Amino acid sequence: MNMENIKDFLLHDFFVTGEPMIYMADVAIILVSLAIVFVLTYFKKWKWLWKEWLTTVDHKKIGIMYIIAALAMLFRGGADGLLMRAQLALPNLHFLNAQHYNEIFTTHGTIMIFFMAMPFLFGLINVAMPLQIGARDVAFPYLNAISFWLFFFGALLFNLSFVIGGSPDAGWTSYTPLAEKGLDPGVGENYYLIGLQLSGIGTLASGINFIVTILKMRAPGMTLMKMPMFTWASLITSVIIVFAFPVLTVALAMLTIDRLFGAHFFTADSGGMPMMWANLFWIWGHPEVYIVILPAFGIFSEVISTFAGKKLFGYKAMVWSMIVICVLSFFVWVHHFFAMGAGPAVNSFFGVSTMLIAIPTGVKIFNWLLTLYKAKIRFTTANLWALAFIPNFVIGGITGVMLAVVPADFQYHNSYFLIAHFHYVLIAGTVFAVFAGLHYWWPKMFGHMLNERLGKWAFWIFVIGFNVCFLPMHFVGLMGMTRRLYTYPADLGWTPWNFIETIGAFAMGVAFIIMVYNIYWSARYGERDTTGDPWNGRTLEWAVSSPAPEYNFATIPEVKSLDAFWEMKKNGEVEKWRKQPLEPIHMPDNSYRPFVISVLFFIAGFGFVFEWLWLGVIGLIGVFLCLALRSFEKDEGHHIPVEEIERTERAAGRL
Amino acid sequence: MVKKALKSLMLFGLSIFALTGCDVPVLQPQGPVAEKQFHMIIWSSILMLFVLLTVFTLFGFVVFKYRANRANDDDYEPDLEGNTKLEILWTTIPIIIILLLAIPTVITIHDSMKNPSPDKKPITIEVTSAEWKWLFRYPEQGIETVNVVHIPADRPVHFVLTSAGAMNSFWVPSLGGQMYTMPDMKTELWLEADKPGRYDGRAANFNGENFAHMTFTVVAQKQADFDKWADKVKAEAPALTMKEYKKLLKPGLVGKKVYSSYPAELEHASDMDMPGMKGGEASEHGKH
Ligand code: HEM
Ligand SMILES: [Cu+2]
Repeated sequence: MNMENIKDFLLHDFFVTGEPMIYMADVAIILVSLAIVFVLTYFKKWKWLWKEWLTTVDHKKIGIMYIIAALAMLFRGGADGLLMRAQLALPNLHFLNAQHYNEIFTTHGTIMIFFMAMPFLFGLINVAMPLQIGARDVAFPYLNAISFWLFFFGALLFNLSFVIGGSPDAGWTSYTPLAEKGLDPGVGENYYLIGLQLSGIGTLASGINFIVTILKMRAPGMTLMKMPMFTWASLITSVIIVFAFPVLTVALAMLTIDRLFGAHFFTADSGGMPMMWANLFWIWGHPEVYIVILPAFGIFSEVISTFAGKKLFGYKAMVWSMIVICVLSFFVWVHHFFAMGAGPAVNSFFGVSTMLIAIPTGVKIFNWLLTLYKAKIRFTTANLWALAFIPNFVIGGITGVMLAVVPADFQYHNSYFLIAHFHYVLIAGTVFAVFAGLHYWWPKMFGHMLNERLGKWAFWIFVIGFNVCFLPMHFVGLMGMTRRLYTYPADLGWTPWNFIETIGAFAMGVAFIIMVYNIYWSARYGERDTTGDPWNGRTLEWAVSSPAPEYNFATIPEVKSLDAFWEMKKNGEVEKWRKQPLEPIHMPDNSYRPFVISVLFFIAGFGFVFEWLWLGVIGLIGVFLCLALRSFEKDEGHHIPVEEIERTERAAGRL
Repeated sequence: MVKKALKSLMLFGLSIFALTGCDVPVLQPQGPVAEKQFHMIIWSSILMLFVLLTVFTLFGFVVFKYRANRANDDDYEPDLEGNTKLEILWTTIPIIIILLLAIPTVITIHDSMKNPSPDKKPITIEVTSAEWKWLFRYPEQGIETVNVVHIPADRPVHFVLTSAGAMNSFWVPSLGGQMYTMPDMKTELWLEADKPGRYDGRAANFNGENFAHMTFTVVAQKQADFDKWADKVKAEAPALTMKEYKKLLKPGLVGKKVYSSYPAELEHASDMDMPGMKGGEASEHGKH
């Protein structure tokens, strides 16, 4: 290769050039990276970063890292959303061109689902679930770190596409044959396939990890039917992950083989079956919807019951309805393509099975309402998010049932009515839940409260903005506006609605900024939580100090009933439990290997994205080397001596 | 009773949109297929509105009544944990609602696969989506058009759909719901326009860069006018050569076009049987 060739490659294929917005992003990325390096060096924090975070296997720290990454991805995905809304504010705008818009809705959808919603929930599960069951960590802490770093580097790889090589542009569903090489050359789709593959493997490992943790590591006395509802939700979600994610892994691998090695699994000719992709994608995809909604249901159950000061109403019915939803979620996938010409029997089956999901979901809604009945409702920010969920989510729920009415779906499908529907369930369900969870568990993570005043401002602006943005989408959908349009003509009457939607979208942006400011403000001036139990909580995470010590529980409590900590407080057993004699606590050792393996995966992934097979193979060899070395490693963990536990407990005012 | 409620609700809904002065094709059906779907939309909306109002009312009531700072909280019952009767009630009511919805749904699904007006003779039109245009072939008339499709009004149209590139979806909201087009496969869609008129059609499933501009017009005409139009095209329009056809299939935007004939090589496509079609399987035909 001569110099000219290299220059040509770098300017045309490698770096994304010619877009002012992307140059701005380049500059921002470089500046932020330099700033981080500078701060870490100036304050001599490199060692701290490595020892305390990059190599940690502590579930709470891993959870916090998940949450930080998810907030960053919420920012990126939200910025994509605002760019789209800006482009659609008025007809015939030239703010974004077609190609750019197509890339942005693809990255928006993909990032929001894979790199925002799921990791945010995984972060909260990591932080709260082991504490709720009285455990000292998850079952496989080392694997937990691998899961996180695979997600992190998968997300990093995917986001790299923005400045290096070009973004994917075939939608988050990546339907074939559009996403095949013939119709979509370039590296964008490779980023999608490999980025999701990496983080998907991490997700699958998390699912297994959570299942084993919940089944094997509960405190003595905590039978399944005495588990907190969020733990139940985590368990059922993990079961769905274990059954659904292998399908995604296989589908992504098949499409990767098509694109990289010229196979024909999903091509339009040479015997490929494009529709098979749609089937595989949604066989994973619908369960995925429940992977992001069931933990949300769990969070709402905890928050509502805590701030109602009441037992969760209908505990058994709540558990059983989640189990029914879990089973049904695998039998509805065709509702994403009723209009692909299936026969009446197939469409009837999947239409009715979809409607059936409304029944267990309705049961849950009524149980939450009855939890509020004869309660003493405290309107904290966390609870406001949980309360707002009920009416807003119901709007998304009823449009969901309407979409299951197959003949009517032929009119809603692919239109803005559908966009409105799934944002009502994803935002009012998942996003409200992670915001509720963030405010609720914040003191447990960091030892201080988030400011309520700022929190409430953010809440009201967001919820109003959300409805202003997404309610009108139902109507423009019925007016014939299809999704994934980068622009529209002026004469169809869509303009006023679209303009209103954009205003609402920017209101949500403002609310997000307030929320981030709240995090900053509260870190500096926020009220300290010295009790460990700021909300008068019901479950075991509130029995330990805030932030929770490394070993979580100095001694493991004996669980006698549901709402274990509430009962302990009621029966005056807290002091007795705290005075139990201490013993040395066995904890797992930190390890650099999860981080290193994931970096190697990232290098391999980058190689496969650019189809530099040599680099891919080198990366994979590194991965296998790491695995082999690990198998020779003795990892026996360490013991925290009694004196150190005493010191920590005393510092937290507990002895 | 139900009919009457339906009618008044429709009028109410329509008047809202009339106020804003805009077209809402899905709610202003112009043919029997769209009309049936519209009835399902209204019926499901009524049932769902009932659910919505119930939840909103209960929600408003409990949240207001049981706030912590109320004057008198003697009714606080922290250990209230379940009530079998209530739980049976709110499982049964949704089941009834779902039944009320599922039964007409299943019936309409079966109807929508058939000729909407069995007493009238249908006309068949073959539709092919390409990047980024719509091709329409009239096997009975022997002509072909691009981005505009003429149909006789008051007569069922049997569209047979396929794709020459990415997947797409053929949607004319005024006349009825959409159906996907897929390469190497055939799908069918029945539509009918009550009256002569022009209706907007859209590509509904994303297929790349110029997807937003991939619209077409449906021109419904009285049978006599339709015949006159077809004869005129036959007599005056240019023929579609194989070369031109291949050019059309290349990615790009083109305007509306009419052709007096299409190449004989493409003929066999019209008498293609469609065995696996309904199950959504790839057909053995039309491989290239
Ligand atoms: C700031 C808030 C948000 C705004 C303004 C927004 C806006 C939009 C818009 C306008 C579209 C349609 C793009 C089009 O079809 O042309 C869209 C699509 C989508 N959104 Fe959002 N959204 C937001 C938040 C979210 C969240 C929180 C999630 C998920 C948790 C989400 C998931 C999706 C998905 C999966 C798509 C489909 C992408 C595709 O068509 O491939 N969005 N969003
Ligand atoms: Cu689904």
